[in-house]
Amino acid sequence: MFLINCPFCGEREQSEFKAGGEAHIVRPKQPTELSDDEWAEYLFMRKNIKGIQFERWNHIHGCRKWFNIVRDTSNDEIKAVYKMGKKPPLV
Amino acid sequence: MSKNLRVKKGKFIDETSRVSFKFNRKKFYGFKGDTLASALLANNVHLVGRSFKYHRPRGIMTAGSEEPNAIVQLHNDSSRTDANVRATEVEIYEGLEATSQNCWPSVNFDIGGINNFFSPLLPAGFYYKTFMWPASFWEKYEYFIRKSAGLGKSPTRPDPDIYEHRYIHCDVLVIGAGISGIMAAKTAAKSGFKTLLVDEKPNLGGSTIYQDTNLFKINNQNSGSWLEKEINEIKKLKNLEIKTRTSVAAFHGYNFLLARESLIDHLPIEQRKNKTRQRLLKIRAKKVITATGSIERPLIFDNNDRPGILLSSAIKKYADFFGVACGEKNILLTNNDSAYETAISLIQKGINIEAIIDNRESIDSKLIYEVEKNNIKIFKGFTVVNTSGYKKINGVSIMELSKDGQKVIGSKINLSCDCLGISGGWTPAVHLFTQSGGKLQFRDEDQVFIPKTYPSDQISVGSCNGDLELDKIILNISKSLKEFLNIKKTDYENIEVLSSMNKSKRNIWLLPSDKIIGKTKPFIDYQNDATAKDIKLALREGFRSIEHVKRYTTTGMGTDQGKLGNMHALGIISETSGTKMGELGTTTFRPPYTPLTFGTIVGRNVGEYFDIFRKTPLHDWHTNNNAEFENVGQWKRAWYYPKKDENMHQAVQRESKAARESAGILDASTLGKIDIQGTDASEFLNRVYTNAWSKLAIGKCRYGLMLNEDGMVYDDGVTTRLGENHYIMTTTTGGAANVMGKLEDYLQTEWPELDVYLTSVTDHYATISVCGPNSKKIISKVIPNLDLTDENFPHMSFKNSNIEKVKCRVMRISFTGEHSYEINVQANYGKSVWEKCMEAGRDFNITPYGTETMHLLRAEKGFIIVGQDTDATMTPIDLQMDWIVSKKKYDFIGKRSLYRSDTIKDDRKQLVGLLTDNPNEVLEEGAQIIADINKSPVEMLGHVTSSYYSPNLNKSIALGVVRGGKNMMGQKLIIPMEKKNINVTVSDPVFLDKENKRLND
Repeated sequence: MFLINCPFCGEREQSEFKAGGEAHIVRPKQPTELSDDEWAEYLFMRKNIKGIQFERWNHIHGCRKWFNIVRDTSNDEIKAVYKMGKKPPLV
Repeated sequence: MSKNLRVKKGKFIDETSRVSFKFNRKKFYGFKGDTLASALLANNVHLVGRSFKYHRPRGIMTAGSEEPNAIVQLHNDSSRTDANVRATEVEIYEGLEATSQNCWPSVNFDIGGINNFFSPLLPAGFYYKTFMWPASFWEKYEYFIRKSAGLGKSPTRPDPDIYEHRYIHCDVLVIGAGISGIMAAKTAAKSGFKTLLVDEKPNLGGSTIYQDTNLFKINNQNSGSWLEKEINEIKKLKNLEIKTRTSVAAFHGYNFLLARESLIDHLPIEQRKNKTRQRLLKIRAKKVITATGSIERPLIFDNNDRPGILLSSAIKKYADFFGVACGEKNILLTNNDSAYETAISLIQKGINIEAIIDNRESIDSKLIYEVEKNNIKIFKGFTVVNTSGYKKINGVSIMELSKDGQKVIGSKINLSCDCLGISGGWTPAVHLFTQSGGKLQFRDEDQVFIPKTYPSDQISVGSCNGDLELDKIILNISKSLKEFLNIKKTDYENIEVLSSMNKSKRNIWLLPSDKIIGKTKPFIDYQNDATAKDIKLALREGFRSIEHVKRYTTTGMGTDQGKLGNMHALGIISETSGTKMGELGTTTFRPPYTPLTFGTIVGRNVGEYFDIFRKTPLHDWHTNNNAEFENVGQWKRAWYYPKKDENMHQAVQRESKAARESAGILDASTLGKIDIQGTDASEFLNRVYTNAWSKLAIGKCRYGLMLNEDGMVYDDGVTTRLGENHYIMTTTTGGAANVMGKLEDYLQTEWPELDVYLTSVTDHYATISVCGPNSKKIISKVIPNLDLTDENFPHMSFKNSNIEKVKCRVMRISFTGEHSYEINVQANYGKSVWEKCMEAGRDFNITPYGTETMHLLRAEKGFIIVGQDTDATMTPIDLQMDWIVSKKKYDFIGKRSLYRSDTIKDDRKQLVGLLTDNPNEVLEEGAQIIADINKSPVEMLGHVTSSYYSPNLNKSIALGVVRGGKNMMGQKLIIPMEKKNINVTVSDPVFLDKENKRLND
């Protein structure tokens, strides 16, 4: 079970958090303009990387804030934690 | 049998305190400090169990947690009985009762033993190969397979003991209190780290503590005495906590470890009352030092599993630690120097050694010279090829090894014995290290896996790190600790060590035999009866991956996870397949290191504490009025209120009729309530619901449907506009938390520019719903100052009011289709308001109804229940709720998905009503719906989602989802049941009052 450094609360146990899938997938501003394929790309297609992955997490049993982390999925090492809306760090 | 094999005083046994215990119903005596295994051996009992597959007699093999054979059932009573406990770890106490497992009728005469003679018919993969065909026979096979599967008996009554969980945070965790662990703990604690030292045994000091010869010395003292002084010192250290009888079960990432601490298992039952039995420690350590030591390897030869064959190191421990001779005519078989340490201990204790058989040729070793001084015959360059004796070993046959070690040569020599000690060298205990994600490397010179890379802030020290000799341990530990703890010096910088051990080893994974392998039984995994023969067969049949060979032969899959034999399995695969050991990899060691009791895993979360449950503010009233409850999410909801002799059906029929004919009252407090405020609240609702919200007037209510982005219905409920920028949303009971989470997600991540604040207020209010033709009269009595005329208070509107001094919100909304009111008051006033309603409704036969009646009433009206009539594959269009989807709104969650190629298909499953031809026939929810009984295979069109007998319509009604159902109005369909087919007609899902007259009456 890993420790996550919540940008609002500090380091807490993984069990306080909920994973929210891949980060930086922006909801299209004009969904009606999209073709079925484009919409499906947004809706269904997700990466599943062995290695460095950008992920959304929610401190659901804490401050309930969403934020992003950069995690190496091969060893669960968390390389960076940053707030929503911030640019992803270079890792 | 009644022979006493105690020798000279064991320093670690309290010989003044005699303890009686029972094994297989026979009474024996041991001493305080004995394990069940040492006490049995002292009584000359070797045969303790039968093997799993062939039911071969098996004896005690080790003196520790790696024991594969001596697993017993503890306690005879049906609540405490404990299966698969290692006799080598059980400390005896007055009144202990243990029995053998896997044998019937007894360990001495076991009918299953016949499997041993059928063993040529039971090769690796026997079950896979045999029970494959014919498929229809599986049910018959299964009965017999289940009978022969599994070890031990489970308790049949609740566990009376107390278990608990505890979190521990420390700077340094040291696992294992052998010589390396003691030195590491002392160094860490003295350097100012808050340190925790744990060991699975009841005492500290590992195997060095009973080392008492001048062949192994530290600073000119026998190593055991030196270590004893160290132990006395660390006991005084303030920031060091020591936990014995504590076995680390799991080493997870980020230095999170689970350990089981046994607190009372060594005490007589009557002293255990009200004490915690075992604790699960959840340890978060900044740094971990693993000092788990090493496990001696057996040797693999024909019939190497007879009772009386033990690891040589175990024989040494039984003699030195417990003062027990495992036999009177001992023979040792070895490929390294360790067995000579055992020999020296036996000589010191006056225990007879018949001979030592050493795989190696002449070796220059101080240990060997010491043994030779005592005129003990050593067969150098020899090996054991077979053993004899059924329930206990009585002899060995030995032969000379060829130069290359591949064959045996010369003639066979038979030697008689009653105990054989075997030593195949040592395997570092890297189990916990690999659990943590550590990678291993193979060291060719002595054929061991040792730690290579650490995934977290941890190190391994001592023999688990491959330092298998005393001098190497001491030499390396100081340097490792200084680096790891970032300290300048340790107490162990200039220590003088004398170790008389010669490192040479002649490693032969499978010792050669004079017979062909097919005629031998060289056991590798004792617990699962896997032999070298099985491994070779698996390779011949094409298995290559070590993980596949493991599963096919079940090697390493017992409760001991193959702690003894896994290395030999790897070695034999490597040799047979010509793959290098390092390249073959290892199987995965999984937690727990030794089995955990279920009690330890669940801790205090048993009975009513198993899961959280939530009660409404009216719960006590329901209980006092004979309600039956149902679980809805975590909530306990009143299900129905049976009157005397009523069954559920009768109660629900009565409640449903009363609600439509006069008045019903429902506790709706569990509905999720979210308070929404902010200048963008209306815009926010526009985006999350399918319908339009901008024009909803203050004081009005509206039903909303919420979709997922994929267009599927997610939740529904009524939202009320309380003020210009203030709404209260209701959600389904089960969906409340998820809806809140989803809304927060969108607000924080997609639309942070919106000025909206969400607060969950579910628990703040009690919600009381009064419905029926007389509801208006009742409410007018409860809230006399509220104008209930349709002009002032029409359907789908809301009023702030008060009941005496209690403020309340009243909504005129309906889930039953009746004229009805929902009163929301602060939770703690709920009960008094409910009672006022009951009092006011007395003249109108106001009837409390539960969730079952609520479901029936809404089904009459064709109102859906999200999660019952929908299953995350239903769009609003599928539900025939097109009216709620705004055509004008540019966007809302899920809108784009409503016209994907797949969601606009005509033949999607759609919600319809179903009426049985026989109006008294009630369908089963979940039953399949078909059109053509003769079509093969039968085509399933959908299923029944809701079904009731309606007392108000006097007929059976049902809702269901049917492929293309929207265009099947009036069509006949079939519900095939086990005994008959039921004919139904597709209908409108609204069965009652389609014109909504009752709402406004």
